[in-house]
Amino acid sequence: MTERTPIENRYDFTILFDVENGNPNGDPDSGNMPRVDIETGNGLVTDVCIKRKIRDYVQLAMDERFPWRIYIQNRRTLNRLDAEALETEGIKSVGNKDLAKEIKAMKKNDPELDRRLRDYMCENFFDIRTFGAVMTTFVKGNLACGQVRGPVQLGFARSIDPIDVQEISITRIAVTTEADAAEKNNTMGNKFIVPYGLYRMNGYVSAKLAQNVTGFCNEDLEMLWRAILNMFEFDRSAARGNMAVRKLYVFKHGSALGDAPSWKLFDAIDVRRRDDVAVARSFGDYDIKVDESVIPSSVTVDELVDHEL
Amino acid sequence: MPIRLEVWGDYALFTRPEMKTERVTYDVMTPSAARGILEAIFWHPGLHWRVDRIHVLNPIRFDNIRRNEVDSIISTSKIRSMAEGRGDGGAIYASESIQQRSSTVLRDVRYVIDAHFELERGKLSPNDSAAKFQSIFMRRAAKGQCFHHPYFGTREFPVDFRLWAGSDEPVGFERRHRDLGYMLYDFDYRDPFHPKPLFFRAALDDGVMDVTSAEVRS
Repeated sequence: MTERTPIENRYDFTILFDVENGNPNGDPDSGNMPRVDIETGNGLVTDVCIKRKIRDYVQLAMDERFPWRIYIQNRRTLNRLDAEALETEGIKSVGNKDLAKEIKAMKKNDPELDRRLRDYMCENFFDIRTFGAVMTTFVKGNLACGQVRGPVQLGFARSIDPIDVQEISITRIAVTTEADAAEKNNTMGNKFIVPYGLYRMNGYVSAKLAQNVTGFCNEDLEMLWRAILNMFEFDRSAARGNMAVRKLYVFKHGSALGDAPSWKLFDAIDVRRRDDVAVARSFGDYDIKVDESVIPSSVTVDELVDHEL
Repeated sequence: MPIRLEVWGDYALFTRPEMKTERVTYDVMTPSAARGILEAIFWHPGLHWRVDRIHVLNPIRFDNIRRNEVDSIISTSKIRSMAEGRGDGGAIYASESIQQRSSTVLRDVRYVIDAHFELERGKLSPNDSAAKFQSIFMRRAAKGQCFHHPYFGTREFPVDFRLWAGSDEPVGFERRHRDLGYMLYDFDYRDPFHPKPLFFRAALDDGVMDVTSAEVRS
């Protein structure tokens, strides 16, 4: 285990992921059709959709071990409930050994208590350390303590080109109810697909929030990159089609506050459909250029790839 | 000493306090959101940002986004039990405490914030000065540095920012008077345990919201 000291550099990152014959993120307002920006026709994927995938990957990969627990969970694995008893055994011995005693000794209206509990949460739960959380507080009416702002911030993902949404009608042979069975011998359903879409999402990591609030460290950062690179590998389903993270570009600033505006760095990565391609149907139909000349020398840009899979 | 910052982004959500569950944005950025952006770039306990004017450069357009959200927040008492070795801290299971909430958000916004700061002498060290803070802010804004990345109302809507370049005045998107009704001005944090919302009567004149003469009510 490496030294768990908070990160000292600001990072900005860009994720390029694509979907083939699937629905990357349904819109509850449009009957689960893929989200589309009505004005431009570009596809959208919300920040919370991707955060869910990151949480799920970490939960799967680290199996709820300290300090990688996930607070906002998808209840998917039954054996994690069995593991809970073991975890509480583990918790007693981690971090601050006297925490329980100290908490008991504390008065109810002590703002310090909220802070300690916040630190305890950040220490235990990866998703709170990374994205933040909102907690109730003992101190009545105090808004400030209950909000944990995490260092990692994601925007919406947007497709490079307008997407073409297709509705596919499907039939099934089985019928659900007896009443239906008397009348018909199959039912129709439908699903939406995007034949192909390449999406881009930008994100930010604040070193200062990591240092001052949640203690998000280099090990967490490595885990975040790993989770992003692998987030679709364990998220297969009938609705998703083929989804994959194609590129992850990480800009590492030379300092905690940063050395360049994020928008300038993001502008340095130009993604566009090749001139000879009328309709994109694969990742190879796109050209990606990184213009190093607009990136200051104190900022390094890395194209991360995962060696695990 | 005034500063002038240009900010822009794809989306913004300045939630009206009276419409918080199905969030609906104000038509323009609130002074409190503008202050939050400035504080993301530079803040000091002895420094208070005062927003003077907000120039609205892009037409006001709306969009709707519905998302799955959890309806609960983390309970401290359950966390305390967990720290004492009992229970799982009441983890939130997304599938069981899910709500679909829609947000009416602003699209493609661009503002210019005019602001200045006031100093609270009691919280400054001897070598702090207005000139020092001013130059720190200008340096950071010029380099694109920030404490954390600023956002338009909620964290998923990041702000791109730069110092307003050039000597010409920013031009608002329209030539008329537009009444915006009562808007949130900011919170009064003098009693940190009971922050009080403050409101003012907002209007856009030629696309500019002037806050300097606003009569603020609680």
